[in-house]
Amino acid sequence: MTPTPSQTVGPFFGFALPFAGDAVATPDAIRVEGQVRDGAAEPVGDALLEVWIGEQFARCRTDVEGAFHFVVAKPEEGFLNVTLFARGLLRHLHTRMYFPDARDDLLLSVDPGRRQTLIARREGEILRFDVRLQGEGETVFFA
Amino acid sequence: MKDEEFEPPYLFPDYRATRLRAPQHPPVKLPDEWFHHAPGPVFGRVPVGPHDADLTAGHPGEPLGERIIVSGRVTDSDGRAVANTLIEVWQANAAGRYLDPIDDHPAPLDPNFTGAGRCITDSQGRYRFVTIKPGAYPWRNHANAWRPAHVHFSLFGPSLASRLVTQMYFPGDPLIPHDPILNSISDPRGRELLVSRFDFETTLPEWALGYRWDIVLRGRNATPVER
Repeated sequence: MTPTPSQTVGPFFGFALPFAGDAVATPDAIRVEGQVRDGAAEPVGDALLEVWIGEQFARCRTDVEGAFHFVVAKPEEGFLNVTLFARGLLRHLHTRMYFPDARDDLLLSVDPGRRQTLIARREGEILRFDVRLQGEGETVFFA
Repeated sequence: MKDEEFEPPYLFPDYRATRLRAPQHPPVKLPDEWFHHAPGPVFGRVPVGPHDADLTAGHPGEPLGERIIVSGRVTDSDGRAVANTLIEVWQANAAGRYLDPIDDHPAPLDPNFTGAGRCITDSQGRYRFVTIKPGAYPWRNHANAWRPAHVHFSLFGPSLASRLVTQMYFPGDPLIPHDPILNSISDPRGRELLVSRFDFETTLPEWALGYRWDIVLRGRNATPVER
């Protein structure tokens, strides 16, 4: 049977998909902050990100600055699955956020010149993970 | 077994917002066994209330518009029912206005309609929402651009590959041929899969019109084809 094709999440999901506490996968764990930008380096203020691994799941809508955050525990696997939806994305994008010291075969198989886009970096108490949809420093997406 | 797929491309210039948002690099292929067998998100934290499948309820009065029942079955591409999976829907009201604060279309809000719903498929993969038929609305993609009436759907399914966000359209909508979002799917057979059908069987006399829309999520044997 043919899978039902994808369509964009559009701009108007903010009253429907977010829920109370949605960005917190595990309370009092690690805070991850990031920004989504487009091909003109402008913030993407209407994206929805989901991160999950194992029993952890969180969802966050970006704000007008394109900023999002999550609170997650570092999993054994060393990475989070990241799914990104936005107006202008006819299909969602799938990537991974690796914790700073985590490595695995998949990460090492990615072009070294682009590998850094998958790795979060420490900034004081938090981890920073930015997403670039297009252009310089374009994030590696998986299919 | 390779399933035929009719996915839209990332870059579709007629839909203007894709131009600066479509990645330029092709996606890096994950091993099939990982993509198709890795479990998908555990969505149990998303709250689903007992009345969330009735979008006409929960307000002091009845929403304005044409009451409809949208129902169908969720299967995977291997033909198996997808039971106990979360479906989230959202839509404009009968006047074509979303409750979302960023929607500035000057059509009235309806104090008796929010336009967001959730349900979990039953053991046979079936779902059913009661709502009102959404209105068409203008957008600024090009001169005199209007979206055909649609309901947004989000589904999880069991795996990474089965996650789906899409839109359901209504049969006979005159705006369909003019919509760059739907027409980003180049094959008419793919577009057809997003159009519900009017259904007397689920139409309730003296109450609401029935529309049927079945959904197929990518199954374990599906191999996504990049075109």
